Amino acid sequence: MTDAAEEAHAAALKAADAARPVKLACRNVWKLFGADAARFIREHDGRATAAELAAADLVGAVRAVDLEIRQGEIFIIMGLSGSGKSTLVRCMSRLIEPTFGKVEFEGKDLLKVSDAELIELRRHRMGMVFQNFALLPHLNVAENIAFPLSIQGMDRGTREARAREVIELVGLKGREHFYPRELSGGQQQRVGIARSLATRPEVWFLDEPFSALDPLIRREMQDELMRLQAVLHKTIVFITHDFDEAIRLADRIAIMKDGEVIQIGTPEELVVSPATDYVAEFTRDVQRAKVISARSLMRACHGAEHGGTVAPDAKIASFSASIISSGKPFAVVNGSGRPLGEVTPQAVIDLLAGIEQRGATA
Amino acid sequence: MTIASDFVAPRARPVQAWLLVWAAALGLVLGLFLLRDVLSWTVKYPADAVLPVADWIGAIMNWMKRNLTWLTRSVTAVLGVPLDFALDLLAKGFKFGHGAEAVVLPRLSWVGVCAAAFLAGRAYGGTRLGLLVGGCFLYIALFGKWTSAMLTLGLISIAVPFCILTGLFVGIWAWRRPWAEKLIVAPSLDLMQTIPTFAYLIPMLLLFGNSPVSAMMATAIFATPPMVRATMLGLSRVPSEIGDFSEMAGCTARQKLWRVLLPSARPTLMVGVNQVIMLALNMVIIASMIGAGGLGYDVLLALRALKVGEAMEAGLAIVALAIALDRLSQAMSRRHAEGRVHGDVEASLWQRYPNLTLALVLLGVTTLLSLYVPALASVPKAITFTTAPAWKSAVTFITVNFFDVIEAFRVTLILYVLNPVRAFCEGFPWLGAVFLLALAGWQLGGSRLAILVAALTAFCAATGLWEKTMATVYLCGISAFIACLIGIPLGLAAARSDRFERLITPVIDTLQVLPSFCFIIPVVMLFRVGDVSAMIATVAFAVVPAIRYTNHGIRQVPPALIEAAKVSGCTKRQTFWRVQLPLALPEIMLGINQTILMALAMIIICAMIGTRDLGQEVFIALSKADSGRGIVAGLAIAFIGIVADRLFGAWTAKARAKLG
Repeated sequence: MTDAAEEAHAAALKAADAARPVKLACRNVWKLFGADAARFIREHDGRATAAELAAADLVGAVRAVDLEIRQGEIFIIMGLSGSGKSTLVRCMSRLIEPTFGKVEFEGKDLLKVSDAELIELRRHRMGMVFQNFALLPHLNVAENIAFPLSIQGMDRGTREARAREVIELVGLKGREHFYPRELSGGQQQRVGIARSLATRPEVWFLDEPFSALDPLIRREMQDELMRLQAVLHKTIVFITHDFDEAIRLADRIAIMKDGEVIQIGTPEELVVSPATDYVAEFTRDVQRAKVISARSLMRACHGAEHGGTVAPDAKIASFSASIISSGKPFAVVNGSGRPLGEVTPQAVIDLLAGIEQRGATA
Repeated sequence: MTIASDFVAPRARPVQAWLLVWAAALGLVLGLFLLRDVLSWTVKYPADAVLPVADWIGAIMNWMKRNLTWLTRSVTAVLGVPLDFALDLLAKGFKFGHGAEAVVLPRLSWVGVCAAAFLAGRAYGGTRLGLLVGGCFLYIALFGKWTSAMLTLGLISIAVPFCILTGLFVGIWAWRRPWAEKLIVAPSLDLMQTIPTFAYLIPMLLLFGNSPVSAMMATAIFATPPMVRATMLGLSRVPSEIGDFSEMAGCTARQKLWRVLLPSARPTLMVGVNQVIMLALNMVIIASMIGAGGLGYDVLLALRALKVGEAMEAGLAIVALAIALDRLSQAMSRRHAEGRVHGDVEASLWQRYPNLTLALVLLGVTTLLSLYVPALASVPKAITFTTAPAWKSAVTFITVNFFDVIEAFRVTLILYVLNPVRAFCEGFPWLGAVFLLALAGWQLGGSRLAILVAALTAFCAATGLWEKTMATVYLCGISAFIACLIGIPLGLAAARSDRFERLITPVIDTLQVLPSFCFIIPVVMLFRVGDVSAMIATVAFAVVPAIRYTNHGIRQVPPALIEAAKVSGCTKRQTFWRVQLPLALPEIMLGINQTILMALAMIIICAMIGTRDLGQEVFIALSKADSGRGIVAGLAIAFIGIVADRLFGAWTAKARAKLG
């Protein structure tokens, strides 16, 4: 049983979330490969099934994608290789021209801006980090980082000062004069990150930035990204094929398959209520305790004695040890201390053991 | 019939069908040959049906000469400025005014240049390379070839930047516009690289006269293609992410190209630069025939007077120059490929480029001093020495003492190998050759290849050059065959033993660097002029790719496959015959293809020592400045090369496809 006040609180939170302006949006975006693809999709009015595409001999790299990315969130596009995620992010940054649809940057259709405007946008408001770093081999770390500033025509002193700032930010101080090949993969990606931040972009595209790194370095870089985001509050579009990475970093995740987005939601929403078997397949091996919060697992209070209290948003993993050792249910209380329900030790044990059980209120 | 043979039959059928076709075709050609008295026009191309292509081209060239004088004159004038500057700086000294009151500024002092060469080597490859490069220059100075060598170097130093810039822009254009690459650039590159070097000289001679400028133009045309190819290759190899990055950083199209793509492609571009330098050196030597002067001219004069000793000496100076330029430019491109290492930041110019500054200072100081110290201006006679008499006496010794052996070898070769093959080739019906080559083209690459091959072969016959074409084919064929016979086993040996590979690598590196001219000299000393000398020089020149590709082909077989063979119990011999060799075959065939093309290029140059083929035709046309005749013969040579290249290419592609 949820309290009316809690309902209101949750609704208010959602409203606040929704009030955050949409930074970047895709409206029915298509990228088709094949002869006469543009005419085909125009004639079909932006709607076509996979079978129709196949009949017209077209390959749909991105199909009917609708999504909105809000200011300051980490939005992750997750999919296996060939699912179209890289194509989609290149459509969003217009590195690839979409065949159909609209890409809106702060409500303005990105596909209609002139080349000069696009260059301005990219110079000042977008940044991108690449899977294989894409560092320029003939420039050293400082020159690589200052490169985007230098092509804007910024004078040497200013851009070097700015480069020093970001070098410090990503922890590369002392390596300013190294060349890319002298650095490890993790360090090279730090340079890539620093370079993309040098122009103070608002939207930050990260195209599988950590996929080329060792697992240990990858984890370190993920932490680093979270640290940076806590300071910088960028709008981040992050591509990955690694669901664990997505779960760790995401505010929201879009799952892609065969060019389509099949579900968009928070990690918890994906785990608790996967839209399709495909999504369920991904979420199966996830450590659910780290994703699922008390709210999803609680049931109505049965009047038993409580061994402690938790917030509704607390992840199960954060209190699983104490609830099991206490052996008593914990009360779930909202910000004003009002109990919303309880979580039993058995439910936590079942969850940890991987036994399928939805929260009573789910 | 057993079941097994029934089972195999369907797969064997196409091969058998082709065997039948070939047997029938050969029978047909044999029939033509036997009926040569009745159907004589199929054997010898009828004289009255010869297309006067030579006259047409001659007319066009003459028209151009008459009407484009203003253009050629102005080109000569414009190109002459930097060229004269380089020649004055390195070789001649600057002269202002006329007669008695002329002011003469000295050329760069030889001491300074040698020191600069040493420092350049040291900057890119450490003291060892410095000693090698400096030593080569010192060698040239001490052997009294300084002025000639500097003339050659001056021409190269102007031609190379010209080639690099042209190649870069053409390459960029071709990379940006795929249609241009397909329709214009790729075919012209093919033609430019298969037309013999001599044939370039004729139109240049006609348009620009006998001068360093025409030599430079010919050099530029000959040496540009590798730069075009390197540019296209380098740009297409830049990772797509780097291109994406430049767009996301907000580069304009120009910034993207010049500040991102080209610098990223620099290692590949530097390989192109190395090739341009070596080709330019080769061509400058050959272009001495139309006024380049320098070392090539020394060789030419000596060869004409049959002064072998002096020819040898000039040849060795060319070798020294070639080795110095090659090692230096290779070290530079290697440095770029490895990428840079960070250095001290707060260093002054002197600290950052110690070798460069030192070289500039030394050049300046020695040149200034040479105004007062004559020994610095030109190499003093007292310290030069000549080996010409030694070479001459060595040759005399050999010819006196081993005359019988050498002569027996020569005569046997002529009587029992060269002459019969030659007779066979020259008597071969032209129609039969067209037919058989077209058939081969059809089997290997379909109807388009068949038509191309037939048309190119028919051109050689229709221009009345059939006999000379076949004379070229015979000499080129024999030389390439022998080169493969020597080269492939050497390559196999090198692939099987690391020690042998280490032993042979410097040898083939050096062979590859030497300008083609240099091969002729020692051979002529021993075997005098004629087909035998031509053949031996060609074998020596063309053997390198056979060795190199065979070695590489065997070595690039994936180790996993060899392990798989070992695990399934193959003996060493079985591994070699069953696994390594079949997998290396496409690569080896590529080597054979290269060997044939190099042999063809060399055979043409051997016209200087008295062969009687298309090369001679070009050579005569050159001396008579008969552009039509020379260009047609040059095209015929190019067509031989293209036919061989396309057939082998198709064959290799087929073999590759089979291996997957």
